[in-house]
Amino acid sequence: MSDEIKVGAYICKGCGLGDRLDCGQLATIAEREGKANLVREHDFLCNAEGVAMIQNDIDNEGVNKVMIAACSRRSKNDAFNFDNVAISRGNLREGVIWTRPDTDEARETTQEMAADYVRMGCQEIKYMALPHANEEAASNNNLLIAGGGIAGMTAAIEAAAAGYPVTIVEKSGQLGGGAAFEYKRIPESAPYAELEDNGVAGMVAKIEGDSKITVHLNSTITKTSGAPGRFSADISTESGSTSTGNFGAIIMASGARNYDANQLPELGYGKTPDVVDQTGLEKLAVEANGGPIKRPSDGKVVENVVFVQCAGQRSTQEGHLPYCSGHCCLTSIKQAMYFKDQNPEVDTNIIYTDLRTPGAGGEDFYRSGQQKGITFTKGTVSEVTAGSNGPEVKFNDLILDQEVNESADLVVLATGQIPNSGVDVDAPEPEEGAPEVSVDSILNLTYRQGKDLPHLKYGFNDSHFICFPYETRRTGIYSAGPVRRPMDMAQAKEDATGAALKAIQALENAKLGRAAHPRSGDLSFPNFRKEGCTQCKRCTVECPFGAIDEDEERYPQFNEARCRRCGTCMGACPVRVISFDNYSVETVGQQLKNVDMPDEFDEKPRILVLACENDAYPALDMAAQNGNHYSPYARVIPVRCLGSVNTIWVTDALNSGYDGIVLMGCQKGENYQCHFVKGSEIAHTRMSKIDDTLESLSLEKERVATYEVAITDIERAPQLINDMAETVEKVGMSPFKF
Amino acid sequence: MSDVIATNQTILVVGGGISGVTAAIEAAECGKQVILVEKNPSLGGRVSQLYKYFPKLCFPSCGMEINLRRAKANRNLTVLTMTEVSAVNGESGNYSVTLKTSPRYVNENCTACGECEKAVEAEFASEYDYGMKKRKGAYLPFNMAYPQRYVIDPNMIGTDDAQKAKDACKYDAIDLDMQESETTLTVGAVIWATGWQPYDADKIQPYGHDRYDNVVTSVEFERMLDPFGPTGGKIVRPSDGKEAKDVAFIQCAGSRDRNHLKHCSRICCMATLKQTTYLREKYEDDFKASVYYIDIRAIDRIDDFYQNVQADENVTFIKSKVASITEDKDTGNPILHGVNTEGYHRYSNPHDLVVLAVGMEPSVAKSDFPIDVVVNDNGFIEADEKNGGIFAAGCSSDALDVNRAVQSATASALRAIQVINRVAGTEG
Repeated sequence: MSDEIKVGAYICKGCGLGDRLDCGQLATIAEREGKANLVREHDFLCNAEGVAMIQNDIDNEGVNKVMIAACSRRSKNDAFNFDNVAISRGNLREGVIWTRPDTDEARETTQEMAADYVRMGCQEIKYMALPHANEEAASNNNLLIAGGGIAGMTAAIEAAAAGYPVTIVEKSGQLGGGAAFEYKRIPESAPYAELEDNGVAGMVAKIEGDSKITVHLNSTITKTSGAPGRFSADISTESGSTSTGNFGAIIMASGARNYDANQLPELGYGKTPDVVDQTGLEKLAVEANGGPIKRPSDGKVVENVVFVQCAGQRSTQEGHLPYCSGHCCLTSIKQAMYFKDQNPEVDTNIIYTDLRTPGAGGEDFYRSGQQKGITFTKGTVSEVTAGSNGPEVKFNDLILDQEVNESADLVVLATGQIPNSGVDVDAPEPEEGAPEVSVDSILNLTYRQGKDLPHLKYGFNDSHFICFPYETRRTGIYSAGPVRRPMDMAQAKEDATGAALKAIQALENAKLGRAAHPRSGDLSFPNFRKEGCTQCKRCTVECPFGAIDEDEERYPQFNEARCRRCGTCMGACPVRVISFDNYSVETVGQQLKNVDMPDEFDEKPRILVLACENDAYPALDMAAQNGNHYSPYARVIPVRCLGSVNTIWVTDALNSGYDGIVLMGCQKGENYQCHFVKGSEIAHTRMSKIDDTLESLSLEKERVATYEVAITDIERAPQLINDMAETVEKVGMSPFKF
Repeated sequence: MSDVIATNQTILVVGGGISGVTAAIEAAECGKQVILVEKNPSLGGRVSQLYKYFPKLCFPSCGMEINLRRAKANRNLTVLTMTEVSAVNGESGNYSVTLKTSPRYVNENCTACGECEKAVEAEFASEYDYGMKKRKGAYLPFNMAYPQRYVIDPNMIGTDDAQKAKDACKYDAIDLDMQESETTLTVGAVIWATGWQPYDADKIQPYGHDRYDNVVTSVEFERMLDPFGPTGGKIVRPSDGKEAKDVAFIQCAGSRDRNHLKHCSRICCMATLKQTTYLREKYEDDFKASVYYIDIRAIDRIDDFYQNVQADENVTFIKSKVASITEDKDTGNPILHGVNTEGYHRYSNPHDLVVLAVGMEPSVAKSDFPIDVVVNDNGFIEADEKNGGIFAAGCSSDALDVNRAVQSATASALRAIQVINRVAGTEG
């Protein structure tokens, strides 16, 4: 293909565009101002004939850049889907005619709006290139799994079954994690009534018999560097020898550890050996091996056992866990069955506040427990003491509304899970003199932004997203099992299978140089012009995904396969040396600079709207679809994320005479809805500093407003634009119109 | 549909809700060929009818926008709406599936300009709004409907109204002669993600959902919060349109009950806790919520959401399975009768509105599966080797929240890929 650029501009006249707009004038603008090499109008551009016309121009006229002025970029993607050409869309339908009343009075300003979107589309396409293949793209089919418990083993078995070689690194001397020490497991298939073998031996045998799976026991990962498709990991044994392996993607299945029951002296732990935690009971059951379970103090056969649910959990008390560990209700039922299955005469009492056995299997299993004669008591335990004949449990029976003392041979505390999630990379620097807390890193990443996956809450590295539970902030590294959120074995298996899919997907993407979620398939990546860089480090600090390291000369080092293409680095860069082939300071900057700027006395202000393409922009589209109108003076440009907004756009807009600027990003803060995590927050911070710019230009602060807008703000989003129009009316036109 | 190409290396995903959409996209983004079929005119399923998700109180359409963008951009994925699976034969790695597509009466020329909707007069109960609102006979099911293409209600066919719709269309997009079509394809693996439906609350006779206007279901309550929904985003009583500020929530309505669904539907506790926040959102401090429950199952890390709602002084929790509801004829207030089991106190409590936290029933009845899979007593597909290359995803496998449904769907994508890679290995 020749390097010659040939822009084809296509103006659609369908959907009322031809009736409402002077499309001939738009075509003239595309040709004269937009400098399109070829301009065509069409009555119905998205039908087969219209599409064929464009394809013919691409095939036979050498058009390699296509500007389509029709409907929103969110519509008719299947029709306007051409290979090997860059495409820009001018939004004349949702962005112009549907947001404006069809009146004689509105005609002029509506036409001006459309004309500007044609100018903008032509500018965007001029500065946009078709993303070229990333030279960093790397191919490696191997998966690295940190942790050989249920989650790690499942991920290994499932990934190997799809044909991918796997390496498991397990810290201890055996596979199986905590599950290996469990006597039986909660049933995983219908009718969910009887206990099942823990299944670990079967999984271990499968792993040992699978040539695609390599296991390193007594080993840890001491260094991880690279990116999806080209991770390099040092695997070190306890004895100190280290080997290095190369991997395409990583699964962190480092599991959970037990809450230290010694922190619960009020529940008798440590005061008598006859108060145990759930792991302690598993040990007793394994020892009994189907015979009667004996209590630790004197070996007496247990005739009466009390289970205390939520021990040190679901509590805001200092030292307790604030969350529910999810599995403990089912586990206590299982453990009560150890007694009942052996001897139905043993009294088993589970004291709970909310019995949590969700789903079909959970409720069936609960019912089975009831049928086996397990007692369930709604109550809160205040104290367990070491009595002379055995532990004494003092609790408030919430149904009978009375204080009860119950003597037992054995008490089991259902304590919670604490995730082994490694170093909290977001933790503030410890104050000087503060006691040093040493936490073992799981992955020992060499990343600029820290050694492990960022934690979300309570130390779990869950994703923040309900619809995308596998999103993490380190591309190509996925967490699975109770390190992500408290869970039981069955859930850990399901979770690990999903994580294995995501890891496979990540390494497949890396081969092709494609972005991972949420801009899946995007082939662009940050281009960096080293000559201009001042080594200010803003990009390396602000990247929400820790994708950018620093090289020996302290220049940013972009790891393309780790990048999610949000453009936050581009927004951060004060000297504007970062860009994407299809999204850059120029593709947006030239759009906003090339609108027609009426002079001050024309009384036609211009409002620049930079809207997040995932939420605010669709909200404006849907507003239009529902007939909500907004100011004809607005010019809306979608941005990948508000984090990608470089303040130069705002400065340029103010300098070129815009009267108001509205920025629309997603919700920030604890319940952030930004799919690039920090983009919206960073943008808000940047914009809070724009006041200086406004002051230096002697402009009113109200001229720039930043909002959090949700995709459902179908009425509010246009209102915010209208509010700015009102503000402009109040403070007057900008004096910077030349 | 004749141009759909499929081979024994293709994955068929049945059901276009959050689970099916996820499974399809995840597999397609691994480079696999996927056909996604949905029986309704649009993708999105149940989640598209929700106002907010727990525990973040974010909007389902936000994630759907991303998913739709992924779907639109992926050429490995073919989406067939208004299509159902009528038969599946064969074995893992080589299934023959029969798909039946109902006529939409609107072809791909449709630009969603909306002229046909303006032209027609006939109205029908909106499925999207659980019948709480009417829609036109030519309609776009909802704002974010994908494909963004109109539908003509089959009841319109043969009427003058249908002709009006056709005449209003400038793009030759309406084809009133469109017929049901059937096609048979070869696929290697099947992901079954037909999801759930709300349990029919009318069957819980003591609660009078069929008799009392002011007894609604949780899914109906959810529709009230949509600014484009039946009440324009207001929480009001169906009987008189008055603001409902004293709202009772009845948990396990149809769940954990041998007479109805014996399983726990998992989501209803969190859904109710979430819905109490809607009352605070709309009425600030001027509301009262009473939650009648057996156990509050705010499981795992998100128990803190429950703790926050418990700290709200306007929300009361009553441990009780409500025995019955009567109606105060003068006020239209539902009166809840039962016993608070904590201390055993009888009550007869009037409220402005009652919300039944209805359970999740599998969409496909056990007897109606067109596929040979192991289904448990609760109607969910068991993970069983006998299922061969057919894998359940999301609420076809258990009562799951969105987060877990997506995990399940992602896992099912890998299971299907294992089959496909095996086929490719043998044949390659």
